Amino acid sequence: MKELDIAGVTVKLDDEGYLIDSSQWNVDIAKGIATQSGLELTDKHIEVLKYLRDTFNAGETLTIRKVGKSGIVNIKEFYKLFPKGPLKLSSKCAGLPKPTSCV
Amino acid sequence: MDNNEKKPLEKVCIICAKGNLEDVMAALIMANGAVMEGIEARLFFTFFGLDGITKKYMNKLHTATVGNPAMRMPGGLPFPTLLGAIPGVEAGVTAMMKKGMAKLDVPPVDEFLEMFTAGGGEVYACKLAVEMFGLTKEDLWDDVQGILTVGEFYELCDGDRTQIIFT
Repeated sequence: MKELDIAGVTVKLDDEGYLIDSSQWNVDIAKGIATQSGLELTDKHIEVLKYLRDTFNAGETLTIRKVGKSGIVNIKEFYKLFPKGPLKLSSKCAGLPKPTSCV
Repeated sequence: MDNNEKKPLEKVCIICAKGNLEDVMAALIMANGAVMEGIEARLFFTFFGLDGITKKYMNKLHTATVGNPAMRMPGGLPFPTLLGAIPGVEAGVTAMMKKGMAKLDVPPVDEFLEMFTAGGGEVYACKLAVEMFGLTKEDLWDDVQGILTVGEFYELCDGDRTQIIFT
């Protein structure tokens, strides 16, 4: 476990860098986590993150396919926004646990 | 030198040689799962696996109801081989399989291939099998990148963190 100071708040991340308390999440924390992964978030990124959070909090399993059908980005754009493992990276930035889906 | 250094997989080359619904799906899930993890992936279809990228058949793949000892009736009783031979049974079983996969958000074959290539995956057909079945490039899914010989396939499998998977 490690701690990260973002915008005056200290948040706890697990060993893989996922936010432990999802309710602490806000856009600044997202940007802080993204920076750790070498990613700079744009408005489009944030839009995707909010969609992921809403979907996850509605009790649904997150999949790349769902993101592709969200109307926010298609799958190609999703891979471009969050390169090398888009669902994992975006879940991490969205303050959500590591995704558990195989598709 | 540190012998405990982790060496993550960088590339997988997956060969799909069978055309049952679940065989093609298994190859697609493995391949798409790789690009989802940021691992480079190439899918190579050969022999009956070619059905998975043949326009005419790719979305009409079936689960075999004969010669499949792991097949069971709903409830777990053994599935009699002779029952599997009755017309319509295979279609019914296939429909059940598809329904089960759709529930888990597994897309149909064509959409799955699109997802895979959108993630940077590449799809190839085997030259020998294409010729054997009398197919042409036009018969195959539009985004098949090429029809390759075995040698050309192996060339694509370079890299010391590459694995070849035969499903």
